[in-house]
Amino acid sequence: MIKLLGIVLVAVGFAFRVNTLLVVLAAGLTTGLLAGFSLTDLLAMIGQLFVDQRNLTLSVLLMLPVVGVLEKHGLQQRVAALIRGVRAATAGRVLWMYQMLRGVSSMFGLNLGNHASMVRPLIAPMAEAAKPGELAPADRVAIRAHAAAAENVGNFFSDDIVVAVAALLLIKGFFEAAGVEVSLRDLKLWGLPTAAWVLAVGWWRYARLDRRLAKKPVNEEPKP
Amino acid sequence: MTLLTLETFFRITGLFLLGVAGRIASDRTHPARWGSAAFWAVLAVIFGAGKLLPPAVVGGLVVLLVILAAVRQVAPARAVESDPVQLERESNRLGNRLVGPVLLVPAVAVIGGFTLAGWQVGGVTLVEAKPVSQIALGLGCVAAVVWALRLTRERPVAALDEGGRLLQLISWTVILPQMLAALGGIFARAGVGEVIAQLVASALPVQFPLVAVLAYCTGMVIFTVLLGNAFAAFPIMTLGIGLPFIVQAHHGNPAIMGTLGMLAGYCGTLVTPMAANFNIVPMRLLELPGDFAVIRAQVPFALAIWIFNVAVMYACVYRF
Repeated sequence: MIKLLGIVLVAVGFAFRVNTLLVVLAAGLTTGLLAGFSLTDLLAMIGQLFVDQRNLTLSVLLMLPVVGVLEKHGLQQRVAALIRGVRAATAGRVLWMYQMLRGVSSMFGLNLGNHASMVRPLIAPMAEAAKPGELAPADRVAIRAHAAAAENVGNFFSDDIVVAVAALLLIKGFFEAAGVEVSLRDLKLWGLPTAAWVLAVGWWRYARLDRRLAKKPVNEEPKP
Repeated sequence: MTLLTLETFFRITGLFLLGVAGRIASDRTHPARWGSAAFWAVLAVIFGAGKLLPPAVVGGLVVLLVILAAVRQVAPARAVESDPVQLERESNRLGNRLVGPVLLVPAVAVIGGFTLAGWQVGGVTLVEAKPVSQIALGLGCVAAVVWALRLTRERPVAALDEGGRLLQLISWTVILPQMLAALGGIFARAGVGEVIAQLVASALPVQFPLVAVLAYCTGMVIFTVLLGNAFAAFPIMTLGIGLPFIVQAHHGNPAIMGTLGMLAGYCGTLVTPMAANFNIVPMRLLELPGDFAVIRAQVPFALAIWIFNVAVMYACVYRF
């Protein structure tokens, strides 16, 4: 039970808004020391895991110069102008289309992009420009948050249905090691219902976002 | 021998980070000049040469990064307001060509993901086979930055300055995903997962088939929320609850359980700040205030998807 102290530390740290990196480091060191590892072992463990996981941020970091240079020359303005030419476009429809495209590419185990390469340069400015008129700050936050969500949801829930690369191979490998027979075909097949459902959930959420954006802003001026 | 590996792109990233550190060090107006320069330089070393250094040294460098961030010595450069008229003029001058490099990245990623694996020239493998989709994405990024620089007639140093501007928006949050992965690794080696699986299994009447499904799917979510990673939750919850109760006691179908269980875990990823690369880094990248706007938008998604997964698993796992 004492091993769970690290988790408590993380929760307390998040609650009191201590620097997240510091909280995570403290939780790791506490848990490791309680489990009987030495400090040098723990440093080596952190170093090894940190280096092994560089790929988590690689594609974001490599994309930053591209997006930065193009933004300096009006990329966001260009993308906004493009979407204003499409009359049927709404913020919600743009996001639903992106979630679907992202989902289809991840069915094949492919990586269409991420928050740095697609959402910041293309999807968020498109969704923002698709709403006519002035954008209230709260609406901007809502659109951008949903754009980030479209990326995540599209990415997660149609993993590997056609070509297995990551999640399903991990499941299969785990079952094999545990001596349980499963076929990759079955694993892929049973991912399909959720992949379809997620598109329906997206439709609902983005339609709600559109309804919220369509509402007239509350008139603050006092009546005469 | 392999020509292009993921390590190639880690070196390129290291050079980019080192360049940003150099630009910060030469910027007299930077509010946290030396701390920020040191932070990005150390991270550059870890990215570019992490594999060559002893792990304990890298661990020490990571602690240094955390300290620099915790004492607030890592800050963005002074914001330069861009002129909207100038932006509009550039946007009209360059037109739709501006979108080209951005679209090149997914195009190379998708086409390369399908075609790059397995090429050989005279015994030299061109591209490392395993993370081929990531290598394709990396190739796309490198090609796109060259195209973007030519298109805008910028000097290469603009890639450092403009990339550095965005990098400093993300700031120290950029290493949070790796830190959390390291924490997850320590949790796993310390046996934290087993303790939780035992707690869940002993607290609930898992002898009922429905309770077993609920406990497994709830456990996947809780554990993913705590560790920020469904892949880490899966083996622990499946060994602790899934296999003994759903498969062995009630003869459930392991394929159905495994796939839907993993998807239930992803619902946890949608709602946890511990999944920093999905939920926190985008907040900084999209310049959103606070830490929770993305998670708030994702909570209804997570609930609707989780309930569906539990329903499908209960309806099918004991039947097929």
